[in-house]
Amino acid sequence: MTSLLERAALDRRKLLMDRSRSGRIGTTLPPLDVPEAQLPEPSLLRDDLDLPEVSEGEIVRYFSQISQFNFSIDHNFYPLGSCTMKYNPKLNDEIASIPGFAQIHPLQPVATVQGAVKLVWELQEVLNEITGMAGCSLAPMAGADGELAGLLMARAYHLDRGDDKRKNVLIPDSAHGTNPASAAMAGFNVVTLPSDSNGNTDLDALRDSVSDELAGLMITLPSTLGLFDTNILDVTRIVRDAGGIVYGDGANLNAIVGRVKFGDLGFDVIHSNLHKTFTQPHGGGGPGAGPVIAGPRLVDYLPTPVAGRKTDNGEETFSLDAPSNTIGRMGAFHGNFGALVRAWSYIFTLGKEGIPQISEDAVINANYILSELKGYYDLPYDRTCMHEVVFAATNLRREHGVRAMDVAKRLIDYGIHPPTMYFPLVVEEALMIEPTETESKETLDYFIDVMKQIAAEAAADPEMLHEAPHNTPNTRLDEARAARRPDLRWRRQE
Amino acid sequence: MASTEFQSPYVPNTYPDRRAMLDAIGVDSIEELFADIPDGYLNYDLDMPSARNELDLTRYARELAAMNRTPGDYACFLGAGSYRHHIPAVVRQVAGRSEYMTAYTPYQPEVSQGTLQTAFEFQSLICQLTGMDVANLGMYDGSTSLAEAALMASRITRRHRAAVVESVSPLYREVLNTYVQAPGIDIDTIPASADSIPDETACVIVQQPNFFGYMEDVDRLAKLAHDAGALLIVSVDPVSLGMFRPPGEYGADIVVGEGQALGVPTTFGGPYVGLFACKQDYIRQMPGRIVGRTVDTRGEEAYVLTLQTREQHIRRERATSNICTAVALIALMSTIYLASFGRRGLRHVAELCYHKSHYAASKIEEIPGYSVPMDGTFFQEFVMKCPSSPSEINEKLLDYGIIGGADISAQVSNGMLVCVTEMNSRDEIDNLVTALTEIGGAS
Repeated sequence: MTSLLERAALDRRKLLMDRSRSGRIGTTLPPLDVPEAQLPEPSLLRDDLDLPEVSEGEIVRYFSQISQFNFSIDHNFYPLGSCTMKYNPKLNDEIASIPGFAQIHPLQPVATVQGAVKLVWELQEVLNEITGMAGCSLAPMAGADGELAGLLMARAYHLDRGDDKRKNVLIPDSAHGTNPASAAMAGFNVVTLPSDSNGNTDLDALRDSVSDELAGLMITLPSTLGLFDTNILDVTRIVRDAGGIVYGDGANLNAIVGRVKFGDLGFDVIHSNLHKTFTQPHGGGGPGAGPVIAGPRLVDYLPTPVAGRKTDNGEETFSLDAPSNTIGRMGAFHGNFGALVRAWSYIFTLGKEGIPQISEDAVINANYILSELKGYYDLPYDRTCMHEVVFAATNLRREHGVRAMDVAKRLIDYGIHPPTMYFPLVVEEALMIEPTETESKETLDYFIDVMKQIAAEAAADPEMLHEAPHNTPNTRLDEARAARRPDLRWRRQE
Repeated sequence: MASTEFQSPYVPNTYPDRRAMLDAIGVDSIEELFADIPDGYLNYDLDMPSARNELDLTRYARELAAMNRTPGDYACFLGAGSYRHHIPAVVRQVAGRSEYMTAYTPYQPEVSQGTLQTAFEFQSLICQLTGMDVANLGMYDGSTSLAEAALMASRITRRHRAAVVESVSPLYREVLNTYVQAPGIDIDTIPASADSIPDETACVIVQQPNFFGYMEDVDRLAKLAHDAGALLIVSVDPVSLGMFRPPGEYGADIVVGEGQALGVPTTFGGPYVGLFACKQDYIRQMPGRIVGRTVDTRGEEAYVLTLQTREQHIRRERATSNICTAVALIALMSTIYLASFGRRGLRHVAELCYHKSHYAASKIEEIPGYSVPMDGTFFQEFVMKCPSSPSEINEKLLDYGIIGGADISAQVSNGMLVCVTEMNSRDEIDNLVTALTEIGGAS
């Protein structure tokens, strides 16, 4: 019996090429209905195309079976700090799949896609309003793509003014790794800015860092510590007075959406990860969308296209335009329209009443977790948090040799996705927890009970935690081996 | 306080729940939780419409969608980087499973083996298709893949020029310009027939088939690049690889391309998936996410994100790229598509496109005033020279229920790029020919 059980387990993981049987096919097409043309000379053609041969039913069963090895937001709670994994409304997917949206071609004459461009324009307008900015391009295809766009805009702005010395971008030590990488791609030097003991920007360090070489500052608000920087008005003023651009990473927009506007605080340009705050299925890692939204100083530099509207005797016409000083194109077409439709759907379903409720509930939920778990885990910054709370498993490590990783892996046994770990880098053994507004008090209570129980387990049976998770298809993986001996594709066994 | 009686369907907590939580936190009101926001900057007065329910919003969305002329309702001959192909139902059904659709990036491999294994499948099939050694899990789209490939070639060769063949898509060349402006890579545009490239060129970039649909002499370009110590970057249409020679056979160092043609709807330009494959030697310079096979503590095979030391969350400003997404879901769609058609099916798709486009070209050549001016082998797209402005002709074609080809008069005077795939029936092609004949050269 055991061998058959083993075979079942192995078969489930067998790759497509190993399932292939000559002669099978998963789909067919109509026969050719025109005369055959002469084929090109054989030297241009390939004689092998080694792709799997499997039937449709086999494809469905294979992918359905391995799909069960995943956690997903439709099945599990994902308290992932700064990643904002919230429920994805089904309505969004339905609207995005309407043929008039899903089937249109990006190069159709603009007169034939007025509805699509109108939707883009409406989304631009509402994002401008929510963030307090002047203009928006929906072209960037992910948060990091929006960062790159915003920084290229800052670069172009300085160069246009003959300010070619401005090479330094200040980035707090708690920033997402994409910030320094984007700044480097945009040709800037990265200067790291420390936080003070309260988790705010260290104003003295900031004053020491500004000069006529300052291109700008890139800051996440609230920070990746889950804190609203109470120095923010001083920060933006100091940078702007020095001639720098203030860039806002919108990764944590969920905390303040409908409460406070970036534009009012002195930001020049931000991006919004639409897939986070305004919902987009994460897809196991994309696609997303990362519109870049600019204030008056940078609005003319936005990437192309930007949707425009003209009214003539009550007749609206929409266009796709290039801003006067555009940095150019971020992608071949108009951005991830499918993602934009979903964000549009989410925003207009919530409306002016629901948008402020996002931040309200996200912040209540995070502070509830903070207050209930305080004392069980260390709290490096004991302040009211925003939408996420950063705990540290330093007490468990010190007392029982249990690390943040062990806590995270043990949560899996309870059906909860681990929080963001070891980030931000400025907190040792960090566990960064973001419940989002779409989780109920009951779910949070369960999570809180589990976290308390894991703290107790750490004292009683640390070894059991080191070996967690216990009920997944695989135990902990040898990641070092994967990197040392890269095995990155199927190969035919010799 | 903005607290109204509004209850969003996406938020489970009710006012009594909130009250209980605020009590547990030990604050009287929600305002206390936002006390860190400077005085005078709290602002909930959004100038936007009120909440709309599902029924109303769906109605409005359908109104907007109805303002668009939809390929499918119209015969459509547009390509130029976004292609309409038949998408088997199984692609949408399987990729739409919420276990894939709503999963997070697989940073926790124990609860992400579904996503990780399908990613490994994608990498494998892209290698099979392109004839390359390794592939990543995808970039934003084909154009950003191309731009990242140029940056990668510059890192590998430590050179700062890129020679781009002039028949590469103008849209892709625009994206390339955006990406290389800051790193200071100079772009030299060369004809496909060039017999020399500037010194210190990092890469020769060619599109196969090119923007106009025709096959380039890639063997010659490979030799030109390699003799000068440059890498050959080839941007492919993956469906063409169902019948044409893969880039691995003619010495490409990096292969990029738009994966949308493999089972992804055109969706007004995105989301798509940029293909990215290269030779084994360059793997540590490759941007994007990569999945590898390893074992767990029990020795069982499993998959994990790997080679992350190239990535932004470890190397920060020294990362190979700032990329933090992989468009994994779109890559999954392409994986299912390739599995569905398989060895013979993709060849069939490619040949249908080949024969039908050639049929269309032969019929168009017979229409007075129209011509097919370019010689050579084309795959599924070709240039049609019109007797008057292509945009005017396209406008008239709409009356016949036809969305015409891409207006490329910026590249070819009165040129229209016509794309014919298996989606275009013989009737549609014949109707196009009839319509063009009737429209003639009149303006």
